[in-house]
Amino acid sequence: MTVTMPAPILTGRLREHGDSHTLERYLATGGYATLRKAVTSMTPEQVHEEVKAANLFGRGGFIMPAGAKWGLLRDAFPRYVVVNGDEGEPCTFKDHLLAERDPHQLIEGVLLTAYAVGAELAFVYLRGEFALGLERVQAAVDEAYAHGAAGSGIFGSKTQIDLVVHPGAGAYICGDETALLESLEGKKGFPRLKPPNYPAVIGLYGAPTVVNNLETLSNVPWIVENGGEKFAALGGEGSTGTRLVCVAGPVRNPGTFEIELHKTSFRDLIFDPSLGGGLADGRDLRFFIPGGSSSPWFGPQHLDIPYSKVGADTAVGVLPDGGGTMLGSGSVVAVDDSACPVRIAWRLTKFYAHESCGQCTPCREGGSWLEKAMRRIETGAGLADDVKTIMDVCRGIAPRLAWPPSQTTICPLGPSIPMPIVSAIQMFPEDFERHVEEGRCPYVGSVPA
Amino acid sequence: MPRLNREMLERAKSTIALYPQKRSALLPLLHLAQEQDGWLTPDGMEHIGELLDLEPAEVLGTAAFYTMFKREPTGKHLISICTNLACMLAGAYELLEHAESRLGIKSGGTTADGAFSLEEAECLAHCDQAPCLQVNYRYFDRVGNNEFDALVADLEAGRRQSDVPPHGTLSRIKRTAPAPVVPTPAGDAKPEPVAAPAPEDPRAPSAGVRPKKRAR
Repeated sequence: MTVTMPAPILTGRLREHGDSHTLERYLATGGYATLRKAVTSMTPEQVHEEVKAANLFGRGGFIMPAGAKWGLLRDAFPRYVVVNGDEGEPCTFKDHLLAERDPHQLIEGVLLTAYAVGAELAFVYLRGEFALGLERVQAAVDEAYAHGAAGSGIFGSKTQIDLVVHPGAGAYICGDETALLESLEGKKGFPRLKPPNYPAVIGLYGAPTVVNNLETLSNVPWIVENGGEKFAALGGEGSTGTRLVCVAGPVRNPGTFEIELHKTSFRDLIFDPSLGGGLADGRDLRFFIPGGSSSPWFGPQHLDIPYSKVGADTAVGVLPDGGGTMLGSGSVVAVDDSACPVRIAWRLTKFYAHESCGQCTPCREGGSWLEKAMRRIETGAGLADDVKTIMDVCRGIAPRLAWPPSQTTICPLGPSIPMPIVSAIQMFPEDFERHVEEGRCPYVGSVPA
Repeated sequence: MPRLNREMLERAKSTIALYPQKRSALLPLLHLAQEQDGWLTPDGMEHIGELLDLEPAEVLGTAAFYTMFKREPTGKHLISICTNLACMLAGAYELLEHAESRLGIKSGGTTADGAFSLEEAECLAHCDQAPCLQVNYRYFDRVGNNEFDALVADLEAGRRQSDVPPHGTLSRIKRTAPAPVVPTPAGDAKPEPVAAPAPEDPRAPSAGVRPKKRAR
């Protein structure tokens, strides 16, 4: 089994060159030629049309096509472009690769986006823990100004676009685009109520704002250079282009891989020798988490589903009220038969309980209740009807335990909490029973007190 | 209790100049204060409030929301061990336990000599190198117990100063590009909003929130 890969769109430079983050290397590999062409010989509408034709869906998790998102901007100025580089979804590690190893590609994408929508100021919001990423992106911004690619009169045109690199400070919730805008305004990262606060209508400082994931905007230079149709010819069934997928967990070859959407299956991602390489130590795959910690889990029977929107949406998933799962943040975690699914679900619940912003009761209270109950079971102190209690609380947070879940909170974090728990209960009820009956975790390793 | 020193004040002022609204500079300024003192002192936060026209309580209230901002004295080296999914499966809790016994402190604590603080971190987005940790937000890959001991010995001996700078995720950043020209509404060519948002919404754009034009 070998996957045939198209020429990479995003990772060619960084795979080939150790100095892919420098302006010198970027220029030597054709960098900023697209921006020069755009600001000197294309209208903003033409740039926007290429991105629309590409049908580039958002790589952050919400999968809205970027071109359509830009088209929703309220007709007012100033406008802003904001890059969401607050990568915090467990087991997702693609954006900081792009920030550290190819920051100019990102910046050219941001500048093209700002040109297309008529924004004169763009912010790159990067997770605060990405110290090297912040340094590399700031250095690239400085180089771009010195090269005439940013600031006033870009490449001799009348276009002016300024760039500011902004550090976060450790809050997963700021990956929600409206929480990110609050954070960028110097406030707590509380997600805003939508409607009315869609960033395209009421965004940063109340102005129309484009917020896109870092990987999404890194695709824009290639799309404008080669044409949206060429991008749309890659992939299939509406999932166009390539995507960076992070394969993690006990596989032989964990890492970030650029794959063609829909032409690659989950089996390829986990087992292909050029990708995940299969489970380490000859172990068997027990289940996998297909799209970040909030996505419902998949079992071995789901391995041949194509990696695409349609594949994830139409799969017959494990949730009691139906639905498939999502591609989410672009992370696939393979789990073998030596790991305890209760422990994994507990750890993800602990993550959500810690990261809840605290605005909405179902998430704030429900998250910590669930964490306590899951910890109780994992440590062997579980009660006979704990699973029933847990399911009740889960239904309180997401009344329809389906994908997509129904919403009781301002942002999607709340309804994400039950997903790993309910997946584990549905797929491995005997594991929960054994924990309670034996009064201990039947697997090696246990939760620290 | 220190306020921002002269160098930090200069950096703070040039940071404030990057934003259409002052308050946006709050997170970067808190990073600067933390870089100076290793944690957020009450006086440092009050000084930032003065610079941004915020009450000290607003500064504290915002800072308290974010995990990276430390409101207690923190060791010279902050060791953050990721225990989220991929790292846990690769033995992160065993590593954390080892780190606690090596340093003689619990997670969340600081050694008596102020050399090390230890914390359990959420996913640090470095899962292909699990288990991973950061020291002052610089990555270390696939850290086992032996690697951890060697790292601590290096840090104690001052041998890691090139890859582990002192506190501050912005400590090696100095913007050389000019400050942005704040966008202004283009009166003639571009129309004012046609479809106004929900009128009762407090965030609706108005003259009050429109960024002011600022001289370069």
